[in-house]
Amino acid sequence: MSDNKYVPRVLISDAAKETIDTLKKRFGTDLMFHQSGGCCDGSSPMCFEKGDFKVGASDIWLGSVYGCDFFMNQDQFEYWKHTQLTLDITAGRGSSFSIEIPMGIRFMIRSRLFTTEELENLIPTKTGEEILEENELK
Amino acid sequence: MSTLTLSQSKPVDRPKIKEKYDHFIGGKWVAPSSGEYFDNISPIDGKPFAKAARGNKADVDLALDAAHAAFPSWSKTSPAQRSKLLNKVADIIEENLEMLARVETIDNGKALRETRAADLPLVIDHFRYFAGVIRADESSISEHDEHTVSIALHEPLGVVGQIIPWNFPLLMATWKIAPALAAGCCTVVKPAEQTPTSIMVLMELIADVLPPGVLNVVTGFGPEAGKPLASSPRIAKVSFTGETTTGRLIMQYASENLIPVTMELGGKSPNIFMKSVADADDEFFDKAVEGAVMFALNQGEICTCPSRILVHEDIYDVFMEKVIERTKAIKMGHPLAEDTMMGAQASNDQYEKILSYMDIGKQEGAEVLCGGDKASLNSGLETGYYIQPTIFKGNNKMRIFQEEIFGPVVSVTTFKTTEEAIEIANDTMYGLGAGLWSRDAHELYQVPRAIQAGRVWVNCYHNYPAHAPFGGYKKSGFGRENHLMMLDHYRQTKNMLISYDKNKLGFF
Repeated sequence: MSDNKYVPRVLISDAAKETIDTLKKRFGTDLMFHQSGGCCDGSSPMCFEKGDFKVGASDIWLGSVYGCDFFMNQDQFEYWKHTQLTLDITAGRGSSFSIEIPMGIRFMIRSRLFTTEELENLIPTKTGEEILEENELK
Repeated sequence: MSTLTLSQSKPVDRPKIKEKYDHFIGGKWVAPSSGEYFDNISPIDGKPFAKAARGNKADVDLALDAAHAAFPSWSKTSPAQRSKLLNKVADIIEENLEMLARVETIDNGKALRETRAADLPLVIDHFRYFAGVIRADESSISEHDEHTVSIALHEPLGVVGQIIPWNFPLLMATWKIAPALAAGCCTVVKPAEQTPTSIMVLMELIADVLPPGVLNVVTGFGPEAGKPLASSPRIAKVSFTGETTTGRLIMQYASENLIPVTMELGGKSPNIFMKSVADADDEFFDKAVEGAVMFALNQGEICTCPSRILVHEDIYDVFMEKVIERTKAIKMGHPLAEDTMMGAQASNDQYEKILSYMDIGKQEGAEVLCGGDKASLNSGLETGYYIQPTIFKGNNKMRIFQEEIFGPVVSVTTFKTTEEAIEIANDTMYGLGAGLWSRDAHELYQVPRAIQAGRVWVNCYHNYPAHAPFGGYKKSGFGRENHLMMLDHYRQTKNMLISYDKNKLGFF
């Protein structure tokens, strides 16, 4: 991959990496994330077994973070695209179907603004549909 | 930041409740099949106050068995009888209002003055409303010609799954349960894992009122109990309040089972203050100021939280001065103290999320007009989840203007013309609530019509009468809650097309 020349849109904390390792071991599969919007537990990233959440042409792939594809709906991305996200973990009890919840922890997003320079060199996005097609070809 | 020293009235006593609650299935208390329970943390102090059953697919299946067993007779129970039972539920809640209000406050963290004056009274009225409307409800009949009659008769959908949010645990459960039962459906309810206790205290009170299996409640975590309920081929409908990703996932399951869904997925509601608001410094101006500060009701944990203030630039100074003053006067404190105006956020992850939004708001250059940080309370509340009511000034493209923070945070911006106000109001993914404040008779009708939202409060905000339909446009979801039209979200139409003609058609 030549992605290193690009500025990533999503980073990950060490605590979140540990949680992903634990979940991968428990579920025996790769994982994926979809950033939620809206009320209650909205604005939080949701973690699923890879493929459990159906992405499509209206989803944007922001990159792969620690081996997990990270998606967001196109509408929401329009308002988020100038910020770099860091996937982190906090203690807490979210609702939703995100698979880490029974562990008493919750994935969360911390954000920072990209600099003007970074904005010109961001990793190109793809749609969920394009990612699915790429996965089929692999 | 400094720690706030509390000078306030003593918290009221906590009601005695059980140490742990099983599932409520088939009219009985049923231990979770896994034998496991989880701690329910009170946001007041971050400490466990009860345990809830950790439900799984086996428990959900048991509840579905009970609901399916109950449906044949419940669906044929007369409206008069169903109405009587719903009224009885309402009466019992009314008799226990104070106890339930306290438990709700402990479970959710909201101030007691709100659970007493809003949550519980609305719960009671909602059951009575649906008890009432089914007595006057009628199907329709039409005579197509002198020999042909069409009867369009309502029939309940069957056994439904209902997933409840944590911001108004009892009221949101009631919004779903009351119309479903009134329509003749049986239900399996999955409360939010942050607030699984108050509904079980309610079940204890009404356990013997409804026939066994009509109303079942299974607690647990979303991926373990919510998912098997939402994806079960044995439900005829699923109703969900929450966020967009889980909403899509539930629709994905529903598509596999070809069942209808109703979705309430939140919003980023604009609260618009037209120039005429400040024409006089009178009662109406005062009411409008309160309307802007409504962002702090329920700690901002409301899907329709008026989280964007759009104010005409000519009145910005005079209006916002009052709004800031009123916001600063919000008394935070122990949620069970009678003079507390704003309590705790519902969970630690919400608390962290809200603080992360304050961070990005500041990074994006939004100006903090008041608040802007956590509230460090003492007197035993050090470990609770308290956040200062916060006003940001910025522009509508900032993330704090576009995302539902679900906390006591409002973002204010100005507009020059009515067209600009409407444009900003509609520049959002969502369309659940909105507010319009004006003294101009033309604006009062035309502006709400131009706002793409399911509920526009005009010269008021945050009223939730059972008699007014509530629901979203755009990404805020679809279907409605409240109002007698909800009955049709839990029913289907049986059309009987009857010929009274003795003569054949003549084709064959």
